[in-house]
This record gives sequence, C-alpha cells and structure tokens, in this order.
Amino acid sequence: MNWFRDFLLPRGGATHAGEMDGLFMFITWLTVFFFFFNGGLIFYAVRRWRRRSDKEVTPHITHDTRLELIWSLIPLGVVMLIFLWGFQGYVKAWVAPNDSMEIIVTGKKWVWEFEYPDGTRTLNDLHVPVNQPVKLVMTSEDVIHSFYIPEFRLKRDAIPGRYTELWFTATEPGVYQVYCTEYCGKGHSDMLARIFVDTPEQYETFLREGDEQVRKMPLKELGRLVWENKGCATCHSIDGTRGQGPSWKGIWGQKHRGTDGKEYLVDAEYIRQSILMPQAMVVQGYEPIMPTYQGLLREREILGLIEFIKELQ
Amino acid sequence: MSEAVLHAGAGHAAHHADYLEEPKGLWSWLTTVDHKRIGLMYMWSVLFFFLVGGIFALLIRLELLTPKQTIMDAETYNRVFTLHGAIMTFLVIIPAIPGALGNFALPLLLGAKDVAFPRLNLASLYVYWTGAAMAVATLALGGVDTGWTFYTPYSTTTGGGVSLMVLAAFVLGFSSIFTGVNFIATIHKLRAPGMGWFEMPLFAWGMYATALIQILATPVLGITLLLIVMERVLGVGIFDPQLGGDPVLFQHFFWFYSHPAVYIMILPAMAVISEVIPTFSRKTIFGYKAIAFSSVAIALLGFLVWAHHMFVAGMSLFAGAIFSFLTFFIAIPSAIKVFNWIATMWRGSISLEAPMLHAISFLLIFTIGGLTGLFLAALSTDVHLHDTYFVVAHFHYVMAGSNLIAMLAGMHYWWPKMYGRLYNKKLAAIASAIIFIGFNLTFLPQFVLGSRGMPRRYFNYLPQFQDLHVVSTVGSWVLAAGLFLTAAYLLASFRQPKGMPANPWGGRTLEWETTSPPTTHNFEGQPVLQHGPYDYRPEPAPVGVKEMAH
Repeated sequence: MNWFRDFLLPRGGATHAGEMDGLFMFITWLTVFFFFFNGGLIFYAVRRWRRRSDKEVTPHITHDTRLELIWSLIPLGVVMLIFLWGFQGYVKAWVAPNDSMEIIVTGKKWVWEFEYPDGTRTLNDLHVPVNQPVKLVMTSEDVIHSFYIPEFRLKRDAIPGRYTELWFTATEPGVYQVYCTEYCGKGHSDMLARIFVDTPEQYETFLREGDEQVRKMPLKELGRLVWENKGCATCHSIDGTRGQGPSWKGIWGQKHRGTDGKEYLVDAEYIRQSILMPQAMVVQGYEPIMPTYQGLLREREILGLIEFIKELQ
Repeated sequence: MSEAVLHAGAGHAAHHADYLEEPKGLWSWLTTVDHKRIGLMYMWSVLFFFLVGGIFALLIRLELLTPKQTIMDAETYNRVFTLHGAIMTFLVIIPAIPGALGNFALPLLLGAKDVAFPRLNLASLYVYWTGAAMAVATLALGGVDTGWTFYTPYSTTTGGGVSLMVLAAFVLGFSSIFTGVNFIATIHKLRAPGMGWFEMPLFAWGMYATALIQILATPVLGITLLLIVMERVLGVGIFDPQLGGDPVLFQHFFWFYSHPAVYIMILPAMAVISEVIPTFSRKTIFGYKAIAFSSVAIALLGFLVWAHHMFVAGMSLFAGAIFSFLTFFIAIPSAIKVFNWIATMWRGSISLEAPMLHAISFLLIFTIGGLTGLFLAALSTDVHLHDTYFVVAHFHYVMAGSNLIAMLAGMHYWWPKMYGRLYNKKLAAIASAIIFIGFNLTFLPQFVLGSRGMPRRYFNYLPQFQDLHVVSTVGSWVLAAGLFLTAAYLLASFRQPKGMPANPWGGRTLEWETTSPPTTHNFEGQPVLQHGPYDYRPEPAPVGVKEMAH
C-alpha cells in the first residue's frame, strides 16, 4: 500500500519522517476502517429495518452495559496507543543531539534569514550538509512566523522576543521546500524558503564562495533569481503593479521624489544604497518598512539586481 | 397510540390562534417575549449571516482556483477569509442551534410555557444584532485582516477595524452568556411535573452542557478581547514583546475560551441528532444515560485541552504531553455517542424522511471529523499537520459539517411545528444528498492538500497543489447548489396552507403533543409527563398530556 502513503504524504527527507509516517498511516487506516464500519452498519440498518408499515412495533431496548463497556474500552486502548506513539516521536524531534550544527533563523515580513556558524548569512536559501544533525535556533523580528518543512515532517513557530528550536538530520541530498505556516499578513504565502541538502564538499564550497548560481550565472539572470528568492518580489513588482514598495518597471533613469522632498536619480548608486540602507531614501507614498540587506547579499547579487532593473523598461 | 396523543394535544386548541398569528404586526414581533418567536428571529438572522459567510466562502474558493491571483488581490483575500471565519464562528455556528432551535424547542420539550427569563431572552437577541452590526461595520474601517483568531502581535500591529471587530465578538459573547443562563434556569425550574432529570429529552441535556460552557468560558474570551483593545489603543504591553509582553500568552487566553467553544458548536448538534434518530427509528434511544453523561463529560473535558492548539508554539515538552494525553479522552464520549446512535437504529423502524437523511449525513461526516482529530491530538503527527489544510478540513468536518448539517436536520424536523407547514419531501431528500456530496467533494481533498504540506491562509500556492484546489472549488458550488435548493423549497412551503397535524413524525417528546404551530402559551394547560421521551412501547397505551384544571 505504499502508493497510498505516497499519495498522501510528500517524500521523506529527514530522520523524523519515517517515524511520523508510521503513525500517520496507522490513524489513516483506522479512520478508513471506522468510516466504512459505521457506514456499513448504518447502511445495513436502513436496508434491513426500513419502515414498511406505520403499525410496526420495535423492541424496547434501553441499553446493554456489556456492549457499552466494550465500545468504550476498545477505543480507550486505541487512543492511548496513539498517544504514546505520537509522544515518542515528539520527544525524538525535541532533543537535538550534542554534536548538532547551530544555525540562527530569523523570520521577518516576509523573508527567512539564516546565519551559519562561520558568520555567513543567506536569505531564503538554507544550505545544510547531508547526514549532519542541524539545530535551528529561531526568532522573529516582527510577528509570529512558523518554519515548516513538509518533507522533514517538522514545524515550529518563530516568535518575537524568544528563541525556539528545531532540529533535523537530512538524509537525502536535494532541494526541499520551506513554508511559513503562521499567518503573518500580506506576503504570508510568499514567505517561502528552500533547503539545499549538500554533500560535505558542496557545503564547503558554499561557505567559501557562495551558491554555485551566484558564482556562474549571467548577472541579469542572477538579478531575476535574487528578486524571486530573496524576498524582493513580495513587495516590488516588475510589471508596474503597486505593492508594499514601488514597482521596478521602468524606474531606471527616472527621478524619484523621496519623503524628505528631495529628488533622486535612479542609477546604480541609488539602487545599491536603497538595498543596503533602505530607510535613507524612501519614495513618497510608501511606508519605510524595508529591512536592510547589509551583509545578506553578495556583491555579485547586488550587481545582478542593478542589471535586472536596468532591463525592466 | 399516536391517535391518543394527537387527541390529547388537539384539545381546545382550535379556539386559540397560534403564536405566529397572535398578536399581529412587526412591532409585536420586535417586542415579543415568546421563546418561539425569538427562536424564529434568531433562525432567520443566523440564516442571513450564513448566506453572507457562505458567499465569502465561495469567493475564497474561486480565488484559490489558480495558484496566483484569480479574482482579488492578497489584501482583499485576507479580509475575506477573516470575515468568513468571524461571521461563521461568532454569528452563525455558535448561536445557530441554541439560539434558533434551542429557543424554539427547549421549553416545548420540557413542557414549559416559556424560558425562565423571557425578557433576558429578547435582550440576547438584541445584543446579537448589536454585535452583528458592529462586525459588519468593520468593513467601513477597511476591514480586518487578522484571521478570526486575532493572534498577537499581528492583531495589535495591523491596521483596519480590528478593535471594532474584537469589541463585536465581546458583545456577541454576552448574547451567548444570556442564552446559557436562561437555559440552565429553565432546565432546573420549568420541567413539566413528573419529568425528572433522566426523563428529560436528550436535547435538554445537550443544551445544558452547552450552557455550562457558555457561562464558564465566554467571560475569559471577553477579558482577552478587551486586553487586545487596550493593547491597540493604550499600548499596555501585555502581548507585545517590544513592550515586554508575551505574544503566546494571548494564545493561551484565546484557546481557553475558544477550545471549549468548539464544544459550544458540536454539543448542540449532538443534541439535535439525539432527538431525530429515535423518532425516525421509532425506537427507544440506546444508552440514554451514556449519551447524557457523555455530553457533560465533553463539556468538562473541553476545559482541559486548550493548549493542543499550541504544540508547535514553543510550549514545553511536558505541557505538550499533558495536553495531548487529555485531548484523547474526548474521543471516548464522542465514540460512545456515535455507537449509541447507530445502536438506536438497530432493529428499529427506520423512516428516511429529510431530518433522518441529514442525521445519517451527520453520522458519516462526524465519524470522519472525529477520527481525523486523532491526527491532531497525537503530538508527532500534529507537528506535521498543524496550520495546514488538514486542519482546515478537520474543523470544517466537525464544525461546519456536523453543526450545520445537524441544524438542517433540526430545521426539517421542527419546521412543521414552527410553521404548521410541510416542505416538498422529495426535493428535501434530493437536497440532502447534494449537500452530502458537495460537502465531501469540497473538504475531503483538503485533507490531502494538508498532509502534502499546503499551509492554510495562503493567497498564492505552489502549482503542485492546484488539482486538489480545483476539485474543492467545484465541490463548493455543488454544496451551494444543495443549500440554495433547500432555501427554495423551505420558502415555497409558505405557499402551502397550514394543516400539519400535531405529531407528523410520531415523536414521543412533549412538543408533539401540542398543536402545529403551538398557541402562544405552548400547551393547553400544564402537561404532565406520563411516559419517557423515547418510550415507543405500545402497552400500556400511554397518554402524553393529562389536562389539569386551568
């Protein structure tokens, strides 16, 4: 019946997955069984004892203690089994091993920021080595977010003013989807991240030189990728639609009037400044809500964005 | 035997106009203290808001037809799903059965002339209308985009009409408390002579358990909502971490009410089903005491499980284990009820009228809704499924499916009593089938969406989820078609002359022993209980109402 599990659940990518899947399928089959069991009894009763004349007399049965005990105690046993099974999986997912690698995760509207042990920082793309226990220490800068990796069967809230933890050991190299599952406003459904489970060599290269993409891709394409993946697209459209921030369409070479009343020419220097010090020159009519990208984008990524915006006419 | 009952009930009723006719005029309705009129006004108010909330639901499903923007932008979508949730929870599901069917039927079932505090009853309706008007007025302030749970710190930092919406929920809480107080006093003091606690119809037990929750839990919601307003207006810093507050504290407060409130929504549904199944099986209910006590058990256990909404919110391991453990105990009284209802049908004389068809839908839908609760009560599976579409599907099965389908069962059951008229039975049977199919088509795919990882409250989604969303949206239109058909034949029934007999279904509870519709004072004289509510024994020939001198 593996096809049924594969229909219901995404492929597993971490050590916790198998644990949860067993219990998940047990309750699924229990649900299927009792649906057809109850449904079958009802169907049978309706067929067998459908009223045929208005004079029918029914037996006066008030209760049956033995039967009632049976149908109370059996469910009690089953749910206690489910409780213990679920508790066991929860405990394992709770206590991170001592040799875990620690990564700091900060949620903010509407991006995920990661900081690695060596100080490297990335946005929305998390690189981890395969078969290495990883502990995420999470917090939030604004409202409650929740970090969810369906393929790892894991989720935990990122809460402003406190730290929460989540740990996993990824078992299969590949790319996995991360969602925000605590409603956090307009960009909630775009607050997506990806986990890249690397071989140890790939991971080392990533720490030294950044993403393969960052290193090799043509600047303009890289710019689009940064726009899509680093949270820019949540607020800045490229088709002229008004968002939380100004659209990028056709702004290259134009003059922007800032909230300070001054005019700014949109050129490479202006774009660079707006990325690194977004509060310095806020365009009139928009809220000063953009977080700084200082230290979060590599030099080549900023150049890519400038090239990308240049082309958006 | 039904002749004997009919005869007793018909009595001198012919001399008196029914409660719908006398007194006349709109003003007499707006100032009435008759529980039956108040029940009907509740019913039509709830149905109106069900239409509004339902239109929002259809808009949500249309938006989700494609992965990106379909018919509205993200901000509008967030406001629409918030209004859908707030309206359906506070204005429809919580008041539906107690406010409409409870008010109409409870005093009749007990053999009482009215509820204990008739003016308080009218006040609860006016408070409901006030709260409803406030909730609708938030639209003028730019709407609310927090979701109906108002989680902090989002709710204390976002703009729009959050304060007014929260105050509306606060006001609506009073309406709920008034109803609860009234029902408890009515059940204690106004039962017909001869009706002990265990001769009460099970509907009364369900209302009693509901009322306990209403008066014990609702004040906590009231205080919590006031704290949000204080936070927004005065910035007191109870929930805002920037001011030293704790945003998770709100969730504890909120669920301390709102989890028991889930049982304010399901216990009345169970109460209706406990009346419908014996009547249409023409058989004594199986395990009366087990059903009665399980209602009270559910009400009390409901207070001990609130934090199962917070397994991934940074609670301690120990707290998670305790709350998970306690949650599982609610499965037992729920399972007991389902088995009792099926056992009642066993060897019965089953008549598949519309109320019974809806009751059978309820049994099937509640079975799925209840069992999928096990996934969310168990810790490791909840971590995966929390805040996904699996949860959306689960609570629509236990709240929308069970509560609203039980509401339909109850409306079809008591419609002849309310109006003295009958709807088209054939259309009613067809509609119940369409509603059942539409409901499952809408919400079954959402379980799979959730287990595959689709989070809830998403405006955009990844393309791999589209197929199941399309099925769900199609289902929502099938469901809507079934509900519109129901509205059509119920409204068409007003073109029939009043002519229903006192006891069209052969029920054995007291409301069937007065005329359809009843007179203003319910019964001719004081009914005295001669047999239990589900006693279908032919011998000795029972007489339901003995007339006393009046």
